[in-house]
Amino acid sequence: MTSDPLLAQLKFRDPQKARALAAALQREVDAIGRDEITVMHVCGSHEQSIARFGIRALLPRQLSLIMGPGCPVCVTDAPEIDEGVALARQGCRVLTYGDMLKVPGTVQSLGDAQADGGKVDVVYGVEQAVEIAKARPDEEVVFFSSGFETTAVGTAAAILRGLPKNLSVLSAHKYVPPAMEIVAGMPGSKVEAFLAAGHAAIITGCDCFRPMARKYRMPIVVTGFEPLDVLAAVLKTVEMIRRKEHDVANCYPRCVTGPGNLPAQKMLWRVFEPVGGQWRGIAVIPDGNLRLKPEFAAVDARRRFRIDVKGLWDYAPRQLADRCICGEIMAGFKSPKDCPLFGKECLPESPVGACMVSSEGTCKIWHQYGGVPDLKEVG
Amino acid sequence: MCLGVPGKVLAIDGLNATVDFFGVKKELRLDVVDEPVSVGDYVLNHVGFAIRRIPAEEVGETLALFDQILKDVAPDDLMAADVIGEMAAGKEQGK
Ligand code: SF4
Repeated sequence: MTSDPLLAQLKFRDPQKARALAAALQREVDAIGRDEITVMHVCGSHEQSIARFGIRALLPRQLSLIMGPGCPVCVTDAPEIDEGVALARQGCRVLTYGDMLKVPGTVQSLGDAQADGGKVDVVYGVEQAVEIAKARPDEEVVFFSSGFETTAVGTAAAILRGLPKNLSVLSAHKYVPPAMEIVAGMPGSKVEAFLAAGHAAIITGCDCFRPMARKYRMPIVVTGFEPLDVLAAVLKTVEMIRRKEHDVANCYPRCVTGPGNLPAQKMLWRVFEPVGGQWRGIAVIPDGNLRLKPEFAAVDARRRFRIDVKGLWDYAPRQLADRCICGEIMAGFKSPKDCPLFGKECLPESPVGACMVSSEGTCKIWHQYGGVPDLKEVG
Repeated sequence: MCLGVPGKVLAIDGLNATVDFFGVKKELRLDVVDEPVSVGDYVLNHVGFAIRRIPAEEVGETLALFDQILKDVAPDDLMAADVIGEMAAGKEQGK
């Protein structure tokens, strides 16, 4: 397989730039002189870009670019799904993002609950949830909101504006920086640097990563999603590894600033508070879950309803899911090709684990873009 | 859901903006964006909210990726699916 067609596809009329970046990358990696350098990114859109444009084929052999806990749907834990399923069974209309439907709960997914006659609908965002609630004043409508901080800000804005009386929010929102710290600190972790997601950083800014960079003695580089954004950021990261710069770099200055979007941060922290909780398969992440503050109890589905998840658990079967290694993949220890179920029992149509469900899940992305997009290994 | 799709602002009514995404017209909320947005500006959309006004000199660069993705849409292309999903994120409030 020649790399030329890849390079031609690689953004945007400028394969030369990509080739120059790849050559510079090779020089940096040679200068470091080690066999194994691991850089982790934490964003499904980064993985899509990397897989779609075949970026791994351009990387030096010694360099692994892996995906960490970058998919909010994948890290939503089964008991959280159970809450949505229980609410649907209790007669609420549950609205959620499409990716959430097939995520396995302990007993059922939201899609199963829908098939059983539960009122479960897919929406694109909180605005649509507001409209549906207004159109159905006699129903209790629950917006099961998932997503990282960028998405949570939208939920916060809608709550601050005031929701229709019959609409409440079941928050499965997650906050990424604490999860990066947990993964960085795991015993045996090979992660030497992070690429941070550009659009989360539009909200949070890139300065917030500085304490983490110092504490874990690693570079953290914020970047966008174009192939050249990713390549340039990887080059910057490797340069910083070589120079032992334990700091933050902004490779996405056209969108990201140091302090970030302060009014949006204010909305976020006005409505949500970070609490500890399990991220599916990975670990309990202190401050990793965003929950509504007590003053918003009136619109918090967890406080408005007695959610009976225990009733569900009586029916819990033990299944294939026990063999899913999503957690180890998202923590950087394994890749989908280490999973015996990948592409066999576990497929996008019939996912065993959450990473095969979402368009941002590593397993689904690898499966969709041709199994193992790491073309180094193909030849 | 990390990916913000850029669109051009056609009209503004309070905190609602009508935005053109590669020919698809949608309503976006302006609660979150931290800079004044005017008609003619480009903004990034994330689940129905404008999260960032793109400086004029950066617009071309930011549009290129999406142009490329939408040009070669394959049915199983996840990135294209996400982009199209996000383009649909703000619902047109026809009035
Ligand atoms: S292939 Fe399926 S079962 Fe295996 S780790 Fe991925 S999601 Fe889990």
